Amino acid sequence: MLEAVSALDAASFNGFARIEEAGLRGMITLRGDLGSTGVKNAATGVAGVDMPGRREANCVGEKGIAWMSPDELLVLVPYAEAEHAAGVISRALAGEHALVANVSDARAMFYVSGDGAREVLAKLSPADMHPETFRPGQIRRTRLAQVPAGFWMRDTETFEVICFRSVADYVFGLLKNAAQPGSEIGYF
Amino acid sequence: MLILHCPNCGIDADETELAAGGEAHLKRFGPGSGDEEFEDYLFKRENPKGVHFERWRHAAGCGKWFHAARCTTTLEVFGTYSAQTTEPPKEICDKISGKRPGWAWRLFK
Repeated sequence: MLEAVSALDAASFNGFARIEEAGLRGMITLRGDLGSTGVKNAATGVAGVDMPGRREANCVGEKGIAWMSPDELLVLVPYAEAEHAAGVISRALAGEHALVANVSDARAMFYVSGDGAREVLAKLSPADMHPETFRPGQIRRTRLAQVPAGFWMRDTETFEVICFRSVADYVFGLLKNAAQPGSEIGYF
Repeated sequence: MLILHCPNCGIDADETELAAGGEAHLKRFGPGSGDEEFEDYLFKRENPKGVHFERWRHAAGCGKWFHAARCTTTLEVFGTYSAQTTEPPKEICDKISGKRPGWAWRLFK
C-alpha cells in the first residue's frame, strides 16, 4: 500500500508567528441530529472528550470533537485510527439517520503559533478575533482570503487551522504572507 | 458592509462570508400550474426601494440557509430568522412596522 503523506510535507515558516503544516490528522465528518443520544455517544466514545456545544471545539491532543453546524460534527482522531473510528461510529449509528465519512485525506491542517498568531488570522478572515470574543474551546468556520477554512485554539497561543487539501498550498502562502516580519499591526 | 446575524450558528457574519439566495418566501408553481403562474414564479421578482425579504446562506460558515429582512435603501437590517418558515415571524413584522409604518411586501404588511 502507498504511504499516506500530508499536502505540504510538514512545511513551516517563521515570521512574527510560526506557521507549520500539521501533517496528517484523522478527521471524520458526522452529520445527524446532534441532540440524539446515539450521535452524542458515538462521537464522544471515539474521541474521548465531552460533546461540544454550539461553536465549541473540545480537543485533547490529537483527539477531539468540533461543532461544525447545527447538524454536523467533526471528530478528530490520530490519522492511523481514522478508518477504524469511522467504522465504529457507523456501526454505533446503524439504523439512525446519520452520515459518517472519513474525510482525513480531503483536508490539510496548519498550526499557527506565537504571540502574533491571532493577528495572522485576523488579517485573513472576517471573524472577530478579539481575545475576549474568540477563546480556546471555540471553533470558527469562516474563510481565509478566498477559501473556506475553520480554526480553533489548542491553547492561548496556538491555533489549529483546517482547510481543504486542494488549497493547502494557497493557504500556506496566505499564512506566510500574513506573518511576514515587519507586517505586525499590534492590534491585539 | 452588510452584517447579518446567522440564526443557525449565532455569528454576526459579514457579507463576504455569505451567499445571497434571492427573494424569500416564493411559492413554487410547478407541473400542473398555468403558464402565467409559472412565469410569475420563475421570473417575476420584487425590486423594492425599502423593506425587502431575502434568503441568505452562511456559505463560509455553518453552511445553513436563513431569511433576512432588511431595507434596500438604508441597508438597515430588521432581523434574521429561520429558513424553515413560509412567512416572516410576527416580531420581525412588528419591528418593521415600528420603523417603516405602512410597509407592504407581496402578501405581507
